[in-house]
Amino acid sequence: MKTISLDGAMVPLAEGQTVMECALAANIPIPHLCYLPGFAPHGSCRLCTVKIDGRFASACTQPAMEGQHVEIDTEELRQVRLSLLRMLFVEGNHYCPACEKSGSCRLQKAAYDEGMLDLHYRPWYPNRQMDASHPDVLIDRDRCIFCELCVKASRDVDGKNIFGISGRGIDTRLVVNSKSGLLADTDISAQDRAVEVCPVGAILVKGRGFEVPIGKRLYD
Amino acid sequence: MIRLATCSLAGCFGCHMSFLDMDEKFLALVERVEFDRSPFTDIKSVGKCDIGLVEGGLCNEENLAALKEFRENCSILVAVGACAINGGIPAMRNRFSMDECLAEAYLDGIGIENPQIPADPELPVLLKKVCPVHEAVRIDYFLPGCPPPAGAFEVLLEALLKGEKPVLPEKLIHYD
Repeated sequence: MKTISLDGAMVPLAEGQTVMECALAANIPIPHLCYLPGFAPHGSCRLCTVKIDGRFASACTQPAMEGQHVEIDTEELRQVRLSLLRMLFVEGNHYCPACEKSGSCRLQKAAYDEGMLDLHYRPWYPNRQMDASHPDVLIDRDRCIFCELCVKASRDVDGKNIFGISGRGIDTRLVVNSKSGLLADTDISAQDRAVEVCPVGAILVKGRGFEVPIGKRLYD
Repeated sequence: MIRLATCSLAGCFGCHMSFLDMDEKFLALVERVEFDRSPFTDIKSVGKCDIGLVEGGLCNEENLAALKEFRENCSILVAVGACAINGGIPAMRNRFSMDECLAEAYLDGIGIENPQIPADPELPVLLKKVCPVHEAVRIDYFLPGCPPPAGAFEVLLEALLKGEKPVLPEKLIHYD
């Protein structure tokens, strides 16, 4: 049986698996945000960065190979993850007390898990266009972390191809595939996988704000 | 006696309320600390202190002056709550210009009589953007939450009074 070493634990390895898939199968946690089982990984958030035989790699995209030594839970990698999370926070407007996703937000949960207490960097306070045109679904682009899960879910699961990521670098933004660029002119529905899959409060279903009381939310 | 100062800058005093939420443990605390400038004492300027707790972000020049005074006088300075750490709810004005904010509040808002923008010289000048306290001074420790739970204040002060580095347990880390 082929094996891979994850923080010293010898874990079986199946043909075609990524390092992330090996770790998940063996119940060894690797922090991640943009990776979600069932969707093709693309390693954009870098939160799953591990060290494989001494080199940094994103666990969700790296094919697992016989004899690899993978470091996950080290102080060096903890600092890397903390820096990545802080950069994700300062690049957006993440006012948790005013966000309906708070308590069920994967970005927030990842930061809790890493013990993030402060931003360290200067907040950028972006001012991207909000889209409240649709009666049931709202986009707050200042919370988007460009994980592309909505892009993949809308295209591959819902079969609607509503979302895309446009621009480069600091101008990167979530765009809507309609003539007006507005959500109201798409056939999106609040039940779409693309809406449900958003890890943060960027795509929200309207009329459900603070439906679950504090203390009973997913990550409370 | 350990000297402790607290203040609320662009905050809502919610963090101070949460601080008091430690209930009877507060009585044990006041046996060991003496409050300097704080809403609890109503002293208006800060003297030499061991610990300073700062709630709220920076939204005007008075906030900035108070924060600098705290930094100069407190050996250990702690940013308390979401607003001190990332600007919080007041920072939501950052997407608007100063003119737009003032017009909405004092000229165009619903139910305003005799609309005029206040210009009394006693009123502190607003900063163009609300920003967190670590933008202006060095901060030693951070206590996240809106507000941080009373338990987080206990853990923080217990460690600082012993001369140790505070370590918040995961269950006390919240951003809301």
